[in-house]
Amino acid sequence: MERNYLPLSLVPPGKEVTVVAIHGGRGLRMRLTDMGLNEGMKLKVLHSYGSGPCIIQVGDTRLVLGYGMAQKIFVKEV
Amino acid sequence: MTIALAGNPNSGKTTVFNALTGMHQHVGNYPGVTVEKKEGELKYKDYEITVVDLPGTYSLTAHSIDEVVARNFVIEEKPDAVIDIIDSSNLERNLYLATQFMELGVPLVLAFNMSDIASKQGLEIDKVKLSELLGAPIVFTVATKKIGINELLDEAINLVEKKTTIRRTTPSYGKEVEEEIRKIEDLLVKDKDLIQKYPSRWLAAKLLEGDSEVIKKIKESKYSDEIIKQVEKSTAHLTNILGDTPEAIIADGRYGFISGACSEAVKRTYEVRHTTSDKIDTVLVNRILGLPIFLGVMWLVFKFTFAASAPLCDWLDAGMGWLGDKIGGLLPEGSAIQSLIVDGIIGGVGSVLSFVPIIFLLFLAMAALEDSGYMARAAFIMDKLMHKIGLHGRSFIPMLLGFGCNLPAIMATRTIEDRKDRIVTILVNPFMSCGARLPVYTLFIGAFFPKKIAGNVLFSLYLLGIVVAIIMAKIFRRFLFKGPAAPFVMELPPYRVPTIKGLLIHMWERGAVYLKKAGTIIFAGCVLVWFLSNFPWNPQYSKDYDTLIEQAQGNEELITQLNNQQTFEKLEKSYAGKLGRAIAPVFRPLGFDDWKVTVGLVGGFIAKEIVVGTLGTLHSVGEADEESESLRQALQNEIRPDGSKMYNPLVAYALMVFVLLYIPCVATIAVIKRETNSWRWPIFAAFYSTLIAWIVSFVIYQGGRFLGLG
Repeated sequence: MERNYLPLSLVPPGKEVTVVAIHGGRGLRMRLTDMGLNEGMKLKVLHSYGSGPCIIQVGDTRLVLGYGMAQKIFVKEV
Repeated sequence: MTIALAGNPNSGKTTVFNALTGMHQHVGNYPGVTVEKKEGELKYKDYEITVVDLPGTYSLTAHSIDEVVARNFVIEEKPDAVIDIIDSSNLERNLYLATQFMELGVPLVLAFNMSDIASKQGLEIDKVKLSELLGAPIVFTVATKKIGINELLDEAINLVEKKTTIRRTTPSYGKEVEEEIRKIEDLLVKDKDLIQKYPSRWLAAKLLEGDSEVIKKIKESKYSDEIIKQVEKSTAHLTNILGDTPEAIIADGRYGFISGACSEAVKRTYEVRHTTSDKIDTVLVNRILGLPIFLGVMWLVFKFTFAASAPLCDWLDAGMGWLGDKIGGLLPEGSAIQSLIVDGIIGGVGSVLSFVPIIFLLFLAMAALEDSGYMARAAFIMDKLMHKIGLHGRSFIPMLLGFGCNLPAIMATRTIEDRKDRIVTILVNPFMSCGARLPVYTLFIGAFFPKKIAGNVLFSLYLLGIVVAIIMAKIFRRFLFKGPAAPFVMELPPYRVPTIKGLLIHMWERGAVYLKKAGTIIFAGCVLVWFLSNFPWNPQYSKDYDTLIEQAQGNEELITQLNNQQTFEKLEKSYAGKLGRAIAPVFRPLGFDDWKVTVGLVGGFIAKEIVVGTLGTLHSVGEADEESESLRQALQNEIRPDGSKMYNPLVAYALMVFVLLYIPCVATIAVIKRETNSWRWPIFAAFYSTLIAWIVSFVIYQGGRFLGLG
């Protein structure tokens, strides 16, 4: 993994990033895709409870990611 | 004709359904699954139309039961038209589902709902152009104001009558994928039966996506070997040259198709930076303020439910009492038939109804939280905490509702998508001490604990229930439902003002389920307990009460005493009494091998507060409630055969702990049956919780004695 990739859990609220990879099972990846979060898309962190759950904005969709999910999504700064 | 309504959760699908069908709707289940099926009828122009509300989904994969149900309905029942409800202010994501209907080749109408909000947010949609690009007619709707509803029906009828000029289309997934799809299709068309039922292109794409249901279908085909081989080859080939799995490439294709169409036909006149919802959220999901606000909201929900339901419950109670008197008066006094009808049947209906005000009002409050969009925020706020016990944020609300009543609490677990999470939440829910258990605590705490510490004792019971629930949830997660917690992703809908009609319909839907499904079981349970505590009808009494009462004419006090004695003896000699005596030794290690309490515990299966009333009867104090001083005294003076006192604070505490944890009431059992669609879980719940109750009471009693407390 390149150096400038980081897990979403480290992104502070208010920042915009691009999804590089989703590290999870097929089920998780498909589910995120269905809900509007796909690799290559831009997202913005709206609220984050540290390593816990966070709220993100993708396009016009706002998603709640539960505990631990943010650690599985790798992003790079825009 | 039949129209199926599809759409993402939060797209306003339910509002469209309500606008179409009004109150003419009924709820059932799709065959073989617990997914709810809502249908409604309407007449429009010369058509009798049945509208089927498909489960709200984001996609049509095989990953979730809702999605499988929705797509099987479309494939197998072949509705005349599918109306896909699209949230206009969230176009691209909502159209993702629509592309999958296009792939299925069904007659599709797109309802761009909440179009007023979208245009307020600066979205300009070229309807004609977008219709052509997407290959489906578009209708702008505002379902809350009933705008566009008739146009939707017109477009659906146009499709059926083949008057639509728009040519259907499907997204292209790119040259490489299309080539592989064609190769697979060439093999699929050999199986004529298969092709008659499913579009070949769709099957091929689903096979590349690794759709488990479709693969199962293909395995039944006689050409399955060649087909599967080709699919494997194609998958390997695509992964190799495109560097990603076919399903990711296909998903990209769909999103690409959508954004292509939108970039041509949708204009954003200005960029909305912060919507009102985002502004509200800076306060409501704030790291510091979020939790206290949430707890405050829940406090209000309880306050509202109990304050508003109390008078209704009293009226119901009075009404049932009046009915019992009236009907009882028409029947022979003191006969078994009178008792059956008044105490058994009317009493049984009464206990079903007694839950109605609380359940309906709690659902009303829940519907308000759900429809306004706050529920999703609550799940977010509680997620971190709930994660610690192996559940996630969605499980918190049901747990909290359990303190009011476990029935609506268990029904509220429906919002939990993952089945494992859902069953764990259901199984530990009865440990949340519901309102019906409070009278039992009040009685015993009043009798055996000084006023000074009464509050603390009570609080400790509630706390113990929570601790046991947490421990059991952890145990279930570790042993019964292994595997990692399901990933928790949820859409955060924008805040909306709920409509009164929507709230009432939601309340009614859930409430009706309770009345219909749980009601019958509760009723049967009540009649059973009535039978156990009333038969044999004419036991051998130790005294001739009838003669004694006659002789005592005028001496009211004596008559009451005799009456109480007779009821006592009747209950003692009933099957319930015998059962109580037979079971009582089981409680010796817990300190309360009191057959009267045991009879009460048997009756408590109907509703926990019955323990109090039964104890009143068995202590010959007549009608007693939890504040009754004479009942408290009777309990304080209760002695064992050897002359020692039956109760002391330790024994009373062990008993209260037992009441807190033992078998959930019949209504809860009925709801567990209804919500899990099997008898396995309610039976399991009944046994395991009674076992836990015994163990915890045992530890408390014996531990207390060891420490010299009792």
